[in-house]
Amino acid sequence: MPTLELTAAAVMLISLIGYAVLGGADFGAGIWDLLARGPHAARQRRVIEQAIAPIWEANHVWLILVVVILFTGFPPAFSAIMTALHVPVTIMLVGIVLRGASFVFRAYDRPDDRVQHRWGRVFAISSTITPIMLGTIIAGLSSGDIDIEDGLITSGWFNSWLGVYPFAVGGFTLVLFAYIAAIFLTVETVGQPDLQEDFRRRALLSAIALGAFALLVVLLSGDHAEHIREELLNSWWTWPLQIGTAIAAVGTIGALLTRRYFLARTLAVLQVTFILLGWGASMSPYLVVDDVRYHEAAAPDITLQLMLGALAVGSLILFPSLYYLYRIFKGRQAFVLLDLMGEHRAASTHTSDE
Amino acid sequence: MSDLLAARSQMAMSLGFHIIFASIGIAMPLLMVIAEGLWLRTGNEAYYKLARRWAKGTAILFAVGAVSGTVLSFELGLLWPRFMEWSGSLIGMPFSLEGFAFFTEAIFLGIYLYGWDRVGRKAHWFAGWMVALSGTLSGIFVVMANAWMNQPTGFDLVDGEPVNIDPVAAMFNPAAFHQTLHMTIAAFLATAFAVAAIHTALLRRNPDSDFHRKAIGIALAVGVVTAVIQPLSGDISARFVAEHQPAKLAALEAHWETTEGAALTIGGIPDERSRTTRLGIEIPYGLSLLAHHDPNAEVTGLDQIPEDEQPPVTIVHLAFQIMVGIGFTLMGVGLWGAWQYWRRRRLPTHPWFQWAIMACGPLGFVAVEAGWVVTEVGRQPWVIYEILRTEDAVTQVPNLYVPFISFTVLYVLLSIATAWLLYRQVVIEPREEESAGQLSGERQHANA
Ligand code: HDD
Ligand code: HEM
Ligand code: HEM
Repeated sequence: MPTLELTAAAVMLISLIGYAVLGGADFGAGIWDLLARGPHAARQRRVIEQAIAPIWEANHVWLILVVVILFTGFPPAFSAIMTALHVPVTIMLVGIVLRGASFVFRAYDRPDDRVQHRWGRVFAISSTITPIMLGTIIAGLSSGDIDIEDGLITSGWFNSWLGVYPFAVGGFTLVLFAYIAAIFLTVETVGQPDLQEDFRRRALLSAIALGAFALLVVLLSGDHAEHIREELLNSWWTWPLQIGTAIAAVGTIGALLTRRYFLARTLAVLQVTFILLGWGASMSPYLVVDDVRYHEAAAPDITLQLMLGALAVGSLILFPSLYYLYRIFKGRQAFVLLDLMGEHRAASTHTSDE
Repeated sequence: MSDLLAARSQMAMSLGFHIIFASIGIAMPLLMVIAEGLWLRTGNEAYYKLARRWAKGTAILFAVGAVSGTVLSFELGLLWPRFMEWSGSLIGMPFSLEGFAFFTEAIFLGIYLYGWDRVGRKAHWFAGWMVALSGTLSGIFVVMANAWMNQPTGFDLVDGEPVNIDPVAAMFNPAAFHQTLHMTIAAFLATAFAVAAIHTALLRRNPDSDFHRKAIGIALAVGVVTAVIQPLSGDISARFVAEHQPAKLAALEAHWETTEGAALTIGGIPDERSRTTRLGIEIPYGLSLLAHHDPNAEVTGLDQIPEDEQPPVTIVHLAFQIMVGIGFTLMGVGLWGAWQYWRRRRLPTHPWFQWAIMACGPLGFVAVEAGWVVTEVGRQPWVIYEILRTEDAVTQVPNLYVPFISFTVLYVLLSIATAWLLYRQVVIEPREEESAGQLSGERQHANA
């Protein structure tokens, strides 16, 4: 039986994965809005808007769940993180506010090109800044650059996140979200082959960029995140995860090349999941490397038991509701995992309900 | 500006901003499901149009509520890390439940707003009820957490730290009942009057509109009921505060000296230096009656409270007067409307009444803000009542005026954009649609 603390930390990681996959795709879609080019630009933007409008608020709640588990389950960790990383968290929040607000403003403002364009700009730029800041926060937690003495932060307000390594991780996060969004959008555009090709090309390009950023982060981590690197190189569990990530990554590219979009989506989700699982496991036993250990920061057992109980009961309502939501707006294709036969079969599973 | 002051201002500003959208997020879904339910029952298309128009405006407000709420969850740590470190394990319970309320709310909101043509009528209506229910619950959960700050329970205090904690007892703390009751009613009351005011203004421009009449009817039905019960629930709050937070009661009544048979001071300007209140109207025995339901009861005054444990009197007293004044105003206008309706059996359209409703439009929200000032400033200097001082809870991060100013600018801009968009949606577009509708109507006639 894993300990209560470990379970709580694991549930927090799962929520973070939920946010990266679902919320991340919404941010990534904003990046593609910013980069919409060429003769299809207006249609690309419309697909993006329709794809995320009904679901982004629900997807966003995963982040709130992460925060709530953090401050309920690990109060001293929450307090240390929000103090040490005050600046990037604040910038991320401004990004979150602007992204959400400009998105609805654009959707509900007068469909007039100039106004749309103005809100669209804010939406796209804030969709870009937020993931970068999220990445620098993750890097700040991983690098060991945050120092705490007697409950006070002694490492300053900028050192732990304003640097090459954190921004490499920020760039990686940004590209990861863009990548997963492009792949999701290939599924959203079933039945519109020209747009689908656009997003397929974007997915492949971002796969290359993702590889480059991954390499950069790994190279930098030798100097900047020794703990993570040690764990990744020397723990028994790391190899299956790394091999899994590699297979998923190569498989996604293969599926994109052969236009098996549903398969590509499944593999890309697995890839993100493996990456974050690998990160989470190599953080262990820390929540903030070198300074905050999760079992020391954990709330008393009774709190963890109640919280996990509430989460378990809540899931009984949550998952069927989420299923219902996606089923309504994405049709049956929301749950198609494989399309080994390729495009043809994928198109026929599309329930045309627009 | 000291960092503590900047932190307090930022917290107050963010909460004051969020609560407007949160209140609307609690109450609008109910108004929409009432309208939709009437459409399902009567088949009258005006109700259908109403539910859809309301849903459109609500979508914008919801998004702003969601993002400003997200900011708050982080701000608890960004500004008050010591507070969260102390109390996270105790008050996390309502926040975790709130997380699920948000999920259900966001999911069914998506279905409600975008699913008109995708799910059956009953299923759509059900989605609306789910939004209304989970919105109300999320408000209740977070106010339970706030009530704990007023009445911290569910632990033993050993060396200044909580041990033997009991998060369930913390959640169902003694202040939870009256605060959640009063806040939930406030959300419905404020929103209902604002909606009635907007539609009344539109009805005056377009007096034959059945659409606006129906809107006012629904909003006033909710508004009148809540306006009548809100002072009763406020009385429960006041008596609780008198018993359990004497310093807050003394501040909100500007009650300087402990006396038996204390008089109630209405209005007036407290002078904290000479410890008197000028220009107030005194009602003999009023305070003892209200606070303890006994004309001769002793009411603790500020003289019994150590100097360094007194909240700022002027702000709290004025805020309380504003809230109570508005409470009775809304009740009066509500009763007037109910009486008119009872006599004529139709929507009162007397111009005076209409003007009164329009004047009351913003008042509910003013009362909500004032009420929170009473609760939060009245709790000072404590963040956790009699346990942790606000000054000891603040973050060590310096230069807090920077985030304070940034968020203030951001929220001001958001408010302007939101107001402009709503104005356009509620006022300009319908007008254009109406004239467009008339045109196409005429064309049809010409063709026929
Ligand atoms: C539409 C809004 C509204 C109206 C008309 C009233 N209130 Fe109120 N009041 C609130 C909205 C509000 C609030 C914003 O919702 C507060 C802040 C915290 C809370 O729980 O409710 C509040 C707090 C609050 C408190 C402090 C509770 C505490 O700190 O625990 C008292 C004593 C009252 N109210 C009393 C009254 C009385 C006697 C009213 C008589 C008319 C009244 N309120 C009308
Ligand atoms: C410290 C205080 C608070 C925190 C941390 C907080 C947090 C949040 C968060 C994270 C959301 C977004 C949920 C989503 O993504 O859908 C939200 C929305 C909401 N909050 Fe708050 N909140 C606070 C105060 C309040 C208060 C006092 C009330 C009401 C009484 C309230 C009622 C609501 C409601 C009804 C919503 C959903 C409606 C909407 O989005 O407009 N909140 N809040
Ligand atoms: C949305 C409605 C609310 C409003 C308008 C509101 C208003 C305020 C105001 C005016 C202050 C500043 C008081 C001062 O420093 O003099 C404050 C402080 C604070 N509030 Fe609230 N509040 C609300 C709800 C909540 C809730 C639900 C929570 C927590 C669960 C909360 C937690 C805090 C904290 C931690 C502080 C800072 C510490 C302090 O000043 O005591 N508030 N709030």
